[in-house]
Amino acid sequence: MMDAGYVALAAPLLHVLAFLILAIVAPLRRLGRPAAYVSILCAAGALAAALNAWRAHAGDQISRIVWTWLPEQGQSLATIGVLADADSTVMLTLVALVSLLVQVYSLGYLSDEPKRALGRYYAYQSLFAFSMMGLVIAPNLLQLFICWELVGLCSYLLIGFWYQKPAAARAALKAFWTTKAGDVGLLIGIVLLYRQAGTFDLTELQVLVANGALPLAGLSIITFCIYLGAVGKSAQFPLHVWLPDAMEGPTPVSALIHAATMVTAGVYLLMRTAWLFALTPDVLLIVAWIGAITALLAAILACIQNDVKRVLAYSTVSQLGYMMTAIGAGFAGAGFFHLLTHGVFKALLFLGAGAMIHAVHSNNLSDMGRLARSMPQTAIVFIIGTLSLAGIPMFGGFLSKEEILGAVWEGGLVGPFIILMLVAFLTAFYMFKAVFLAFFGLAPSHASHAAPSHPHDPPASMSLPLWILALLSMAIGVYFTFTHPEPEFVSPGWLMPSAVGVAVAGIALAWLVYQRRAISADGLARAFSPVYYAAENKFWVDAFFEKVVARGALAFSGAVGWLDRYIVDGVLNVISAWTLTAGDDLRGLQSGKAQDYVYGVAVGVLVLLLWVQFA
Amino acid sequence: MGLEAYLTLAAIVFCIGMFGVITRRNTIGILLGIELMLNAVNINLVAFSRYHGDVTGMVFTVFTICITVTEAALGLAIVILLFRIRRTVMADHLDLLKG
Repeated sequence: MMDAGYVALAAPLLHVLAFLILAIVAPLRRLGRPAAYVSILCAAGALAAALNAWRAHAGDQISRIVWTWLPEQGQSLATIGVLADADSTVMLTLVALVSLLVQVYSLGYLSDEPKRALGRYYAYQSLFAFSMMGLVIAPNLLQLFICWELVGLCSYLLIGFWYQKPAAARAALKAFWTTKAGDVGLLIGIVLLYRQAGTFDLTELQVLVANGALPLAGLSIITFCIYLGAVGKSAQFPLHVWLPDAMEGPTPVSALIHAATMVTAGVYLLMRTAWLFALTPDVLLIVAWIGAITALLAAILACIQNDVKRVLAYSTVSQLGYMMTAIGAGFAGAGFFHLLTHGVFKALLFLGAGAMIHAVHSNNLSDMGRLARSMPQTAIVFIIGTLSLAGIPMFGGFLSKEEILGAVWEGGLVGPFIILMLVAFLTAFYMFKAVFLAFFGLAPSHASHAAPSHPHDPPASMSLPLWILALLSMAIGVYFTFTHPEPEFVSPGWLMPSAVGVAVAGIALAWLVYQRRAISADGLARAFSPVYYAAENKFWVDAFFEKVVARGALAFSGAVGWLDRYIVDGVLNVISAWTLTAGDDLRGLQSGKAQDYVYGVAVGVLVLLLWVQFA
Repeated sequence: MGLEAYLTLAAIVFCIGMFGVITRRNTIGILLGIELMLNAVNINLVAFSRYHGDVTGMVFTVFTICITVTEAALGLAIVILLFRIRRTVMADHLDLLKG
């Protein structure tokens, strides 16, 4: 059935239409709000298209449309098109939903921006959504890679939206470079895979794998290279450093990046090629362990953050680690499920944090406090998001987290399983730390700087997306608590109670420390002083990049520069100097006098004569 | 007299002409040298014509003489123009092609 594929295609096309209108019609873009309306209208259309596509592909229905691209000797080297199935269309819907809500929310959040900047912002937003959707529906790895790079570019543009701020410009660059390091791996992996299999097409590859026609030799290197791309994009250790810094962008952008467009791309890629990774269990093991380590480190880092956005950023890194571990355990479906639910409630959390920041004019938890009284709506939706993230039953993230833990246990990865349980505890702890500090507890002691006296709930354009996401998050939770989706495996009976117990314990500890103040936070820090010290230094990953990688690269480029300047250029300079001197010396021969030339001809003839005579 | 005598004479005349072309400073002297060289060729042609009893060489000589005359006329015209423009006909002053 072709039509459904075209419906899926309509979603990215609507976004790119909005982008092109805003990019080309400069006067409209400079108007600001009208530009935003154009973009939002297209985003709404895209959501409708995505929902339709999802409905059409809910079962095993798959539509595949490909157009020839890059013709080579009669056949096509690559194609572009649409591959719509249950997975890609549900992802498409998530992207469409989050980008629409973020765009609506941005109307309120960025209302103080100059008109031109607002138009630019919406143009980037549309391009961002288009790129991600193109990635989601890509039928082959080449189109996926192109959109992958576009996503990276858009994240750069949006993180650096306030480019006048040096920190934002730096963060944008850092995000770009760090993800680029992984992208190189992805490109190498795709090209190697093409050499091995002779096609970029996902469906053809899958057939090859199913028939066992794909040679296994060297496949581990290929899948590892592809995984490297996901490490960069999905902020896995040690390339996770860009994600917390990306908080310099506007909060809605963070919501978009974290929930739907940027970081999910890596997980999605691994989910899309899970059948390929299944052939290389050694790489899957790496994926699982790195995922677990990422989850743990990020969770520890999140515990010591004071900036609410950074708490959320590290929690995203941590949850991405969760998804990766599930994929590494061989159950990509569980990871993907968590990706979807996480997309909904993480968007909710970020947008809620944005509302708080908008009201208090500060990112710091210490500047907030007792916000539940002045901003009841925000408090309710934020707590819903937090409960979802903590994995409390009836809330969004409960079952997907459950599934991941079950998948990891089922995959026989005891080490990562223990780590993930610990992370579940930490997640509940740091999220409720943020909740208690921001919404309850003490009012900010120093009402000195920036903090206005009357924080209040945000305007309708901001609270509406919040409520939609909160209700959706609840609905997902309630729905899946009562109806278990396709059971890939049966997790042991003790798993669910213990996971919930761990989360509740985390909440309880946060309550004791930050609400009742029964345990002092400083004492807790002292008790775990080595961990605390390491976390304060971000586990030296940033320092490692700064000191070793950056300096190493500088030293290497210095050496190469010296070689170029003095050896390569030196040889060329000597040759050119010789040529010049030789020319200078030889120009004397050209006297310009006809007689000299005649003389030369005569002597030449004489020499020839003698040569003929005697040689 | 045999063929060698004519050929020797022609060679001598050619060399004298060549010498003139190379060494004379005056452009008109160079033209004269060229005339000598051409006439040495004429001697060769006539000598071989007699030797082989073939009239072709004579015919060629007539052509050569005609061409020589034209060449002399042209050459002199060029020299006059040169003198008008550069106020000199000394060959070693005419070095516009100097590298």
